[in-house]
Amino acid sequence: MNQIEQNLLASIADLHGVPKGAYNIRRNGEGAGRQSTDNIIITTKTDKPGIDIEIKPFTVNESVHIPVILTESGVEDLVYNDFYVGEGADVLIVAGCGIHNDGSGKSEHDGIHNFHIGKNAKLRYVEKHYGEGEGSGSRVLNPTTIVEMEEGSFCQMELVQIKGVDSTKRDTTAHLGKDAKLVLEERLMTHGAQNAESNVDIYLDGEDSVVQIISRSVAKDVSNQVFHPRAIGNNRCRAHVQCDSIIMDSAKISAIPEITANHADAQIVHEAAIGRINNDQLIKLQTLGMNETEAEEVIVQGFLK
Amino acid sequence: MLELKNISFRVDDNGSPLDIIDNISFTIEDGKFVVITGPNGGGKSTLARLIMGIEKPTAGQILLDGKDITHLDITQRAKLGVGYAFQQPARFKGLTVRRLLSLAHGSDLPEGTCCDYLTNVGLCSKDYLDREVDSSLSGGEVKRIEIATLMARKLRLAIFDEPEAGIDLWSFTMLVNSFKSMSKNIHDSVIIISHQEKIMQMADEIIVIANGKIRTRGAKDAIMPELLGEFDESCELKKDGGLTA
Repeated sequence: MNQIEQNLLASIADLHGVPKGAYNIRRNGEGAGRQSTDNIIITTKTDKPGIDIEIKPFTVNESVHIPVILTESGVEDLVYNDFYVGEGADVLIVAGCGIHNDGSGKSEHDGIHNFHIGKNAKLRYVEKHYGEGEGSGSRVLNPTTIVEMEEGSFCQMELVQIKGVDSTKRDTTAHLGKDAKLVLEERLMTHGAQNAESNVDIYLDGEDSVVQIISRSVAKDVSNQVFHPRAIGNNRCRAHVQCDSIIMDSAKISAIPEITANHADAQIVHEAAIGRINNDQLIKLQTLGMNETEAEEVIVQGFLK
Repeated sequence: MLELKNISFRVDDNGSPLDIIDNISFTIEDGKFVVITGPNGGGKSTLARLIMGIEKPTAGQILLDGKDITHLDITQRAKLGVGYAFQQPARFKGLTVRRLLSLAHGSDLPEGTCCDYLTNVGLCSKDYLDREVDSSLSGGEVKRIEIATLMARKLRLAIFDEPEAGIDLWSFTMLVNSFKSMSKNIHDSVIIISHQEKIMQMADEIIVIANGKIRTRGAKDAIMPELLGEFDESCELKKDGGLTA
């Protein structure tokens, strides 16, 4: 791995060297290292590009890292990754994609992730997207995330776009079974002339299922963001949707939370707010010795942390 | 040493000029603990904001250690060692108490040190370190954290704007005690804007501001007897009572 590749891995997966446990590293559309463990088996799909990740029932305290990096300009990469988290397992999956594009061609990675989370299993999933490079070629990431949650399962998803992604269209869908709980945190920053669109559809199918959607974003320069999170209550359930954005410069943001109750015992709440950085916050940080730019950076970083 | 020379702050009040601060001069020597008091709307907070650089005076000069800082901005004054604890502190989504204290200090603070600062303002530290300074905190909690951000710095001049506001009386007594010892040990000079008798009792000097002017100023022992008839039953200065000039 060269320095650029190592930096990308550090940015998207906090990886410094080979990860512990199971991993699969994909570089410019090809495998660049894999390790399965006794409980986590990674295999290559035979019918289409991508991998299957099978986590055996009751596997606990193990992790899987599946970072993707693109460093060649003009690569368009499409993968299908299926995750099977067995009953009673408790694991961490770290995904993410980093693009370094110094050329003029478009670099694109579209990851289609299917999660099957077994009964009473717990999953923490972290996915970070990051782009860099001096070229005029755009950096595009279009993730599709589909989640099926069985009875009593818990899933916490952190979907983060750090910076440098010129265009993204994110589609996330989840179906929750009885007593399943999903916490979906989306954090996104756009700058320059970037575009981001995020659609989240959560179906609360099972009795007493719970979802919490927390979306925080910062839009700078002339960038554009559209959020459309939906919570659909098909049973006795609870849902809370929260969109919170900081708008700067000449950016544009639309937040369109949507809630639907198809059952009289569905309790669904949404809230959405878009606003500038508060002047009182800037002044407070200036009284601590920061200049205005530094203060803005601290506020944005904290907000997206 | 802080020196204010003929400071005025004039605003436009529907077409006619209004002096919020009207030709105020005073000096605060190093090592002094000064309480500024007076009726609401008399100009106390504006004066503090002028010293911090949040507002710029329309006339006069502000000197810190002999250097003219009248035209320096907030950041520059902060770097020279002026600090301000706001009456209504800002809240920050996502910023933890620990991070805010570290930012105030200028470098990452060890957990133990953060805990000491919080304990000194009456917060059970372990519960607060990783909490965000957002709307989940009560007014009193945010206020104490604000005070702690000044305790985490070593300042030439620390200004506290009504630190007692929003803090219940019982915890207030504890706060006053730690305030006195900490402020004197950490900072060179301290200005507290307050209506509370207990805080005034800690002062070396008291300045009474009303209608944008200094009504009276002097050593605590000289000023307190003048003010004593003007406190209400909770030992707070009657905000619009006898003090109107």
